[in-house]
Amino acid sequence: MVVTPMNALNIKLTRDIWRMKGQVAAIVIVIVCGIANFIMFMSNMDSLMITRENFYRDYVFADVFANLKRAPESLKERISAIPGVAAVETRIIANVKLAVDGFDEPVMARIVSLPDDGKPLLNKLYIRKGRLPDAAKDNEVLVGDTFANAHRFSLGDRFGAVINGKWKQLTIVGVGLSPEFVLQLRPGAISPDYKRYGILWMTKTTLGTAYDMKGAFNDIALTCTPHANVDDVIRKLDQIINRYGSFGAYGRKDQMSHRYLNEEFKQLEIFSFIFPAIFIAVAAFLLNVVISRTVKTQREQVAILKAFGYGNIEIGLHYVKFVVFIVILGVIGGTATGVWLGRLLGDLYMKFYRFPYLEYRLDPSIFAAAIVISLAAALAGTAHAIRMAVKLPPAEAMRPEQPARYSKAFFERAGLGRFMSQPARIIARNLQRKPVKSLLSIIGIACACATMVMSGFFKDAVDYMVYIQFTLSQREDMKVAFIEPTSARAVYSMNGIRGIEYVEGYRSVPARFRFGHRSYQTAIEGINPGSVLRHILDENLNPINIPPSGIILTDYLGRHLGIRPGDWLTVEVLEGERPVRRVAVAALAKQYMGLMGYMDASALNHLMREGNAISGVSVIVDPLHKKDIYKRLVHIPRVAGAVVVKDEIRNFYDTMAQSMLFFTFVATLMAGVITFGVVYNSARIALSERSRELSSLRVLGYTRGEISYILLGELAILTLAAIPLGFVIGRGLCSYIAEAAASDIFRIPVVIEPATYAMAAAVVMVSAAVSGLIVRHRLDHLNLVEVLKARE
Amino acid sequence: MKVAMQKTVFSVRNLTKIYDMGEVQVHALRGVDLDIYSGEMAVMLGPSGSGKSTLLNILGGLDTATGGEVAYKGKDLTKATDRELTEYRRFYVGFVFQFYNLIPSLTASENVAIVTEIADKPMPVEGALSIVGLSDRKDHFPAQLSGGEQQRVAIARAIAKNPEVLLCDEPTGALDFKTGILVLEALARVNRELGTATVIITHNADIAAMADRVISLRNGLIADVTVNAEKKLPGELRW
Ligand SMILES: Nc1ncnc2c1ncn2[C@@H]1O[C@H](COP(=O)(O)OP(=O)(O)OP(=O)(O)O)[C@@H](O)[C@H]1O
Ligand SMILES: [Mg+2]
Repeated sequence: MVVTPMNALNIKLTRDIWRMKGQVAAIVIVIVCGIANFIMFMSNMDSLMITRENFYRDYVFADVFANLKRAPESLKERISAIPGVAAVETRIIANVKLAVDGFDEPVMARIVSLPDDGKPLLNKLYIRKGRLPDAAKDNEVLVGDTFANAHRFSLGDRFGAVINGKWKQLTIVGVGLSPEFVLQLRPGAISPDYKRYGILWMTKTTLGTAYDMKGAFNDIALTCTPHANVDDVIRKLDQIINRYGSFGAYGRKDQMSHRYLNEEFKQLEIFSFIFPAIFIAVAAFLLNVVISRTVKTQREQVAILKAFGYGNIEIGLHYVKFVVFIVILGVIGGTATGVWLGRLLGDLYMKFYRFPYLEYRLDPSIFAAAIVISLAAALAGTAHAIRMAVKLPPAEAMRPEQPARYSKAFFERAGLGRFMSQPARIIARNLQRKPVKSLLSIIGIACACATMVMSGFFKDAVDYMVYIQFTLSQREDMKVAFIEPTSARAVYSMNGIRGIEYVEGYRSVPARFRFGHRSYQTAIEGINPGSVLRHILDENLNPINIPPSGIILTDYLGRHLGIRPGDWLTVEVLEGERPVRRVAVAALAKQYMGLMGYMDASALNHLMREGNAISGVSVIVDPLHKKDIYKRLVHIPRVAGAVVVKDEIRNFYDTMAQSMLFFTFVATLMAGVITFGVVYNSARIALSERSRELSSLRVLGYTRGEISYILLGELAILTLAAIPLGFVIGRGLCSYIAEAAASDIFRIPVVIEPATYAMAAAVVMVSAAVSGLIVRHRLDHLNLVEVLKARE
Repeated sequence: MKVAMQKTVFSVRNLTKIYDMGEVQVHALRGVDLDIYSGEMAVMLGPSGSGKSTLLNILGGLDTATGGEVAYKGKDLTKATDRELTEYRRFYVGFVFQFYNLIPSLTASENVAIVTEIADKPMPVEGALSIVGLSDRKDHFPAQLSGGEQQRVAIARAIAKNPEVLLCDEPTGALDFKTGILVLEALARVNRELGTATVIITHNADIAAMADRVISLRNGLIADVTVNAEKKLPGELRW
């Protein structure tokens, strides 16, 4: 037998597809959404990973890092001698205040030293504009590209910096990027703020002179040989640098920029699984419905084909081709859409993650996975229907199908029957006749609703996190950090600044916590018992009274360490005398951002064996005097920097706004598509199954409206039933995302506002109504004569 | 007539068919003995439910018997596998049904092509359509054809593979007198010109006059077989 591509069976297939184009299109769109999501997330994850990999390799991103107080340059040789170390770079890193003309808010920066020859061995710079600073000039600086862009700096522009209490005017000679600062986040900040935080590079001699670090260094970066044990290297490095005030050496996985990228990949991975899974499942369900119905209406055609000698495989293949055709269309459309959205998303990422360029690519294996996954799901979904066609005994199929078996609906048996009109009865019996299909339709629409709930959830969760953090917990307007611990008397001098209305000191001590074999490095904050500006919250969000002794840990940190109130925590302080103490855990505190320990301020002073020292102050300011205060702060030598809480929150929302908008847009579109796909398909199938019945009713004198009610009423019931289920599924998925995405950086609270639920319900109902209207249009044009004449 | 000297196409012995419906068993065929000869035109009569369609379906390899034997040219169909039955239908049998059963999405010629494409020695699609007198309607879809025209396309489809046997289950059942005659003429012509053994099931006893032999079923058994001394042309039939 020769199968020409356009044999009669294939002609039948193309005409069948054309006749069902509406339904086919609805399914194709659902698959397009699923594949687009899959491609978008996977290709981005892949592209970002590859880009990062290449950037790290070409610009020699270090393997191990350490900061310390101060060490002599001669130490470098001992570090280089550690077995497994390939290259070492000793650096000076200075945290400074900047004064940028025309920008009256506090700006902070981190200056990283470059070797005097301008060529770092590790963490090399990608120069976007200009050149490296010249060691012979003492005022040249290279700035990070985000900072330069945010302030629209050009080469030759100047700004002031307070380095080690001394004012210095710096000139921009270049703009660049480093693998070390792909993400530039001020320590303790909740989002990148390119206006108020920058990374700068200066030569070692220049910076060393300004920072009083000549012949010394306070930061190390090193690479390991290919087969070295990085943990061993870290341990040996720690032994060498411990007595120089080290904060502990760490590998890439704890390097901030690298870690945030990893967290991002984790989220992309979760998304690349959840959203496509929903769509592909819905598509498989819709295919099942459509193919089952097609096989049923084509029973006699199948029988005839078999009577004339078509084999089971040919019949099965005929329907498989139908499915494959739809899937292929979906995969093509989905890949195109996915690449388009992927590039958009990639551009969004590039605003946060600074690579020289994003090598956006779609790996063929991702495309192949998209095909395999969607085909497998589609064929699994339709296997039963196709088997029915294959197994159909030809003699049997030749008889007209038995009338569908109905029974009295549950409501009627429950005695509610007499309240029901005949059309209502038809609806109820029909729903009950196909409980599985009705249920699956409900689940399908519920998935749409859940998608909307998820998209709204992100905003709700973020709002809630901000509310907890900045309204309930940190209530100051501005936080001012000092260069080093200072006498608590500084509070009074701060109070003297015009416009500062209220001042409270705080103490912050870097420390490593140990319990059993687990440890975590963060800081202990000392809080005054009567503090007005700082509240530590219990799990019901009520302020916890700071106990006179003992430590309060962030709940997630407690879980991470496996420690409970009453247990003894080992605290290794990483400042001053670096005491190691055992402190009882007094309570666990609810906190969504970061991990911290909290103690009574005087208990912390006692633990540090120091007087009434503070690390900085939290203040309330009179908005009228804001600018003056900022100007004053720049010139107070002991002030290391200041953060304005309102700016921080506004910046947080600004940075998120675009991605939020993007995700909400995509999610709304997707929810609409699923609802449309499910409702439209159900309606079309109901119409095909029941056009005879409905025409008969029209002949009997029922109006168009009345028969629409019978057909669409059923769908309205399914839609309404799906909404609460969608809320439940949506909430469940949100919990899953929150659980899976939780990290020490932040935990997403599972908070969903009523408005989000309402929006989800509205989108589903509107999409359902639109699909209903389209079918209603067909219903209105039902050709009575034609339908009744045709033999069912 | 010299029936006895002709070759046997089907030989049916003690054929039974029981439909097991759970509580009840329906004995559709209770031990049928019958021979069908090559080139003959046989008409099968019998009251509704007597087992005509069941017998025809078993002869055509659409259904399997419960007991007894059916041999097609010496080959036992009761022992054939599903695959062998498919092959048997593909190469040797042509069916015509009461409700035409054309594929609605295919035109007249495509409905014929769907069979010629898988047969091993088919006649041209055009040829089959011209035998039933429908060359000029070849590009029409079933919905654009009258019932009689549809049935003639179905006959063209059945004969296009040059089958050994043509099995027709109430081919005129849904047609008026005039159209019925047209369809029967097409069948008679195929039988005469191609020598295809033809079995026609009908409720219309008048059609029996165009047969070589008339087989009557009652209650799942052969009640009677009569040989027509003289067979009429379909054009001479009246009812
Ligand atoms: N698939 C089936 N399941 C159960 N019973 C069946 C089935 N097919 C046929 N029968 C029964 O077998 C008997 C014979 O049926 P068959 O279709 O052969 O009759 P028939 O002679 O063709 O009748 P008609 O002239 O009405 O077409 C009937 O009683 C019928 O109800
Ligand atoms: Mg019958």
